Amino acid sequence: MTTDTQAAAPELGKARLRKEDARLVTGQTNWTDNMVLPGMLHMCFVRSPYAHARITSVDVSAARSMPGVIAAFSGADFAGEQASLPCAWPVTADILIPPHPPMATEEVRYVGEAVAVVVARDRYAAADAIAAVDVTYEPLPPVLDMRTALDESSPKVHEAGNKSYEWVFDQGDLDAAFRDAPVVIERNYRQQRLIPSAMEPRAVVATCVAGEITLWSATQIPHVLRFALAAFFGIPEQNIRVIAPDVGGGFGSKLQVTAEEVLAVLIARRLGKPVKWTESRSEGNLTVHHGRDQWQRIRIAADSDGRLRGLSVDLLADMGAYLMLVTPGVPLLGAFMFPAIYKMDAYHFACTGVFTTKMPTDAYRGAGRPEATFAIERIMDELAAELHVDPLEIRERNWIKHEEFPYTTIATLTYDSGNYEAATAKAKELFGYDELRAEQERRRASGDPVQLGIGVSTYTEMCGLAPSRVLGSLSYGAGGWEHASVRMLPTGKVEVVTGSSAHGQGHETAWSQIVADKLGVPFEDIRVLHGDTQVSHKGMDTYGSRSLTVGGIALNGACEKVIAKAKVITAHMLEASENDIEFTAGRLHVRGDPQKGHSIQEIALATFAAHNLPDGVEPSLDSDATYDPENFSYPHGTHLCATEVDTETGRVTIRSYVAVDDVGKVVNPLIVEGQVHGGLAQGIAQALYEEAVYDADGNLLTTTLADYLIPAAADLPHFTTGRTETPATTNPLGVKGVGEAGTIASTPAVVNAIVDALRPMGVRDIPMPCTPERVWRAIQSARDSSAGQNGGGQ
Amino acid sequence: MASITVTVDGVTYSDEVEPRLLLVHYLRERLGKTGTPVGCDTSNCGACTVHMNGVSVKSCSVLAVQADGAEITTIEGMANGEWHPLQQAFHAEHGLQCGYCTPGMIMAAADLLRTNPHPSEQEIREGLEGNLCRCTGYENIVRAVRRAAEAGVTP
Repeated sequence: MTTDTQAAAPELGKARLRKEDARLVTGQTNWTDNMVLPGMLHMCFVRSPYAHARITSVDVSAARSMPGVIAAFSGADFAGEQASLPCAWPVTADILIPPHPPMATEEVRYVGEAVAVVVARDRYAAADAIAAVDVTYEPLPPVLDMRTALDESSPKVHEAGNKSYEWVFDQGDLDAAFRDAPVVIERNYRQQRLIPSAMEPRAVVATCVAGEITLWSATQIPHVLRFALAAFFGIPEQNIRVIAPDVGGGFGSKLQVTAEEVLAVLIARRLGKPVKWTESRSEGNLTVHHGRDQWQRIRIAADSDGRLRGLSVDLLADMGAYLMLVTPGVPLLGAFMFPAIYKMDAYHFACTGVFTTKMPTDAYRGAGRPEATFAIERIMDELAAELHVDPLEIRERNWIKHEEFPYTTIATLTYDSGNYEAATAKAKELFGYDELRAEQERRRASGDPVQLGIGVSTYTEMCGLAPSRVLGSLSYGAGGWEHASVRMLPTGKVEVVTGSSAHGQGHETAWSQIVADKLGVPFEDIRVLHGDTQVSHKGMDTYGSRSLTVGGIALNGACEKVIAKAKVITAHMLEASENDIEFTAGRLHVRGDPQKGHSIQEIALATFAAHNLPDGVEPSLDSDATYDPENFSYPHGTHLCATEVDTETGRVTIRSYVAVDDVGKVVNPLIVEGQVHGGLAQGIAQALYEEAVYDADGNLLTTTLADYLIPAAADLPHFTTGRTETPATTNPLGVKGVGEAGTIASTPAVVNAIVDALRPMGVRDIPMPCTPERVWRAIQSARDSSAGQNGGGQ
Repeated sequence: MASITVTVDGVTYSDEVEPRLLLVHYLRERLGKTGTPVGCDTSNCGACTVHMNGVSVKSCSVLAVQADGAEITTIEGMANGEWHPLQQAFHAEHGLQCGYCTPGMIMAAADLLRTNPHPSEQEIREGLEGNLCRCTGYENIVRAVRRAAEAGVTP
């Protein structure tokens, strides 16, 4: 029997089809907006049409008498209750964290900021009635450019000023690294503002029954949200239950404590009725936190053979109008990633967080790491061009060799494992690198109007947020552990409770595989529960590619505790010594005698019956584990992109894209590949399509999916993916995380490819998104400067 | 108020509706057909795609009164004893992650295969241009549609 079970294919690494799909492909879903409760009312918000204005009056009386309207409130109506939306990451001791009331009471500081709310019997009546709310404003000057916001003469977003913080991180002797360096290159890169755009708009339902609050929300962070409601809004924590039902994507945008969630709770409590709010897409583009938005000044010093000596990075980061949950910390995640996979002697990083009258920024897929990876990978190509060396060759001269791991980088992170040589070799082979370079030469020589470009990105990232001690040292307001429970049901089935909160990642499938592998219970017999604080009482939720590398390890630990308990009971039942009991493939048996034993399901039933347990042993195999990672994990890989760039029209077509990622051990290759695909789409979209655009008055111009270009199927290429597998050494499963890798790696690969196509024409940079117009202008500008014999790009 | 009679997934309903009521809100909020979600307010995303008299429509861009007398099929009506080949193919090819776009994607793909039973990869990509997905990068959606086509979808 043991032999048979062992012969079965192991669960870890199997391309299991997802359990989640059964409800998702048939429409039997449980989105927050599906929720209907007796007497439920609908909220609709009145939002500021000004980027910056003083509120002189808010009159909701006419709205109150509109048909179907039950109540209408301004911020003043919640003066004593609404407090300030929290910022959990005060990155410096003197950081400026301005008050951020869920509904503005004195000033509005971005278009879309809530100033009043109407509550009505249906969503149409609520939407009708907001027109009857009379708000008068005294317009104030907007602040829209972070580069001039710190000037003395700039209008102020907040009375205390436009600078939130300055955070500096220095390692090594930078002056020595740059002094007499044969090669010094400086570039300024723009990380445009992005809108995360999860397909499911935000939605909230709140009830308050006898003082007990239940909040359903399309959130990534039910546990953090519950804590925030208790800690910052004075609601007794034991009386709050937060439920994240099916959640339709997040990408960081639902890693937030929002004004609408807080107000739904306060209004449900005030009215004693359930309330619901679902945003429209246009409302969401205005008021779901945005991502990126940095100016990056990056300098490298290198020896004449291309070996890096030092790296200096100065960032301006647009916070928007307020600091939200982790707004100021996002650029700091990048601080550790600029040195990437490269060895060097000195590093300087400084970031200034700046307020503007725009929607606050916060985490968006990759959060700080895509920005860093873009800048370093772009400038490595510049170094290669300067020295007339192949871009992969310049990287190889600088990267950490596989035999050098574990390696502590100049940014003080210790990378436990990696093999950049192997990933690069595999990517080159899949891509046909040498053949494409040869074709590129031919087309350059023949003056083909459509030029071929080859873009390289050899990235790493930090996943598995995060060791709690590290978070503490960075002034983050919480830990980075994760929790899991395993409940052994008497009929042999297993319930798994995880503190991570999936919203498309497939935890129900992957976690079942981990438990099936560990406990030898059939995959089908395992049910995974998550996203409800009453079921999963403890957790830190899902973001930062942490679910598997932290939550999965917690689950592994809980399974081990189940086995340890089962061994004690089995030993007693078999009248054997506990030390003689082995557990293999779901069976507990006496060492050397696999026939003498019981399946773990049999032990679960025996424990339930509890007729024959050893003295002092509690009748339960159920186990909890909380895991705090000792280190981040460091997936890496090599991405190669070939672009066809029409030099007459500026049109860019991705001809081929190869992604080879090393995410360590893989639980489910199907899910891993899917995560890579989706990440690539978002990273490519930053390079080619997406930008949140504000006009000179601070109006967002990209409020719809007609204006904000999320790519459709025809806008993206076929992806070729491959993997190498260098297990993480810092966790028992050897896993590294994959949720953000594609996004982090792909943006520089695409832009490097476009610049590579046009480099002989003198183009050295193109601001993102690289639209045909911008590409065309870059070509014209390079031609103009070469005609003026100044050389150089735009 | 206007009187309408609509057949949805094989069941006929008669209702009084406001003339401005969107079909998708009628489906979701009056009939409880919450399998069809809403992803935008400008008919760009396609999440709300259903079939009206056998042809795909974005139900956020159709008024309930326009559906008077019509036969509507939603994602909830696609399985007939067993899953529709497209439902099976999306599952088999991992053509969904969060699943929010999936109902619309399957309904749009079904209409694509009705008009073009054996589309090329490029035809699939262009045929689904009115449906946005933020999770999959479309790679596995394209594979799923191709798989369903090979299995021979009959409308």
